[in-house]
Amino acid sequence: MSRPGRDDSPDRLYTVTGGRSRANSTAFDLVTLVVSEFDPAPGMQSEHRAILAMCRRPTAVVEIAAELRLPVSIVKILLSDLLAAGRVTARHPQPLPTASSLPDPLVLEQVLVGLRNL
Amino acid sequence: MDSAISDSAADRTPLLSTTTSALKIVVVGGFGVGKTTMVRSVSEIRPLNTEETMTQAGQDVDDNSAVRSKTATTVAFDFGRISLNAETVLYLFGAPGQERFWFLWDRLFAGTLGAVVLVDIRRLADSWYAIDRLEQHGTPFIVARNDFGGPKHSLDQIRDALDLAPQVPLIECDVRERESSKHVLITLVQYLYTLSTGDAQRP
Ligand SMILES: Nc1nc2c(ncn2[C@@H]2O[C@H](COP(=O)(O)OP(=O)(O)O)[C@@H](O)[C@H]2O)c(=O)[nH]1
Ligand SMILES: [Mg+2]
Repeated sequence: MSRPGRDDSPDRLYTVTGGRSRANSTAFDLVTLVVSEFDPAPGMQSEHRAILAMCRRPTAVVEIAAELRLPVSIVKILLSDLLAAGRVTARHPQPLPTASSLPDPLVLEQVLVGLRNL
Repeated sequence: MDSAISDSAADRTPLLSTTTSALKIVVVGGFGVGKTTMVRSVSEIRPLNTEETMTQAGQDVDDNSAVRSKTATTVAFDFGRISLNAETVLYLFGAPGQERFWFLWDRLFAGTLGAVVLVDIRRLADSWYAIDRLEQHGTPFIVARNDFGGPKHSLDQIRDALDLAPQVPLIECDVRERESSKHVLITLVQYLYTLSTGDAQRP
């Protein structure tokens, strides 16, 4: 398997996003979970259809990028289109109050339990 | 069915539909130190690889000219995941530690719970830069010495060589072993817990 995006010419990426820049793509984190609200339909852009098919179950942005073999920034642009059209919803990770603040101990306890049960 | 559109949907393992929140931990270190091996040994999915494209200024593909002129820098990273319970999934990212990578850190790994710095005793210098930057960012981290054989150095010697603060956990591991990788992650999260409950000084 080749690295995603490795063989993509800038022109292909330009086409995929309709030549647009980052739009509201900053709303998405690598691990924002995306959920489809609609089924893929004929006539939609193929990337949009693929995303809607994948996201019938919650799917992290980074998994969408790996599956579509597109850079994360391009996937975020595609997702902001779908979000704006109401075709997907997003479950964002809980932001930490500040860059250097620490996670909630209750969350960490949960993580510890999950890891010990592995 | 989920596989109606994409053929490759068949080999994907989707998350539970009850999953509502995702967390992340980053494993950082030099080339060949065992990042991918560690992700693989604990991940419930085969590690996947993707990349991010950004300009040197640390922006996304800013305008059409940036996309078209190939001035953007790409960084490849791999990842795996662990479903912790019905609602929460933990993503593990394996990320290169070299200098050219670090302007991406904020964008890619903001909000990470913490980091594991993997070190190979034969190439300790590979990790100096990563440790500097984690300290600067205030991202809590532990250091795990991956066992590639060779001369035995005491952990104290390694701590000295890395100039690690006394409270930063330093452990040995062999990330080819799932139990060992699990132990590394548990050590990090226990450390984060200690920090978050105020039982220790911030690194
Ligand atoms: N002896 C030994 N080899 C290891 C260990 N961890 C990883 N390796 C091997 O080191 C090589 C590089 O590991 P990899 O995970 O690809 O490194 P990465 O570049 O950091 O992702 C692989 O051949 C691994 O099998 C370890 O703990 N001990
Ligand atoms: Mg690797």
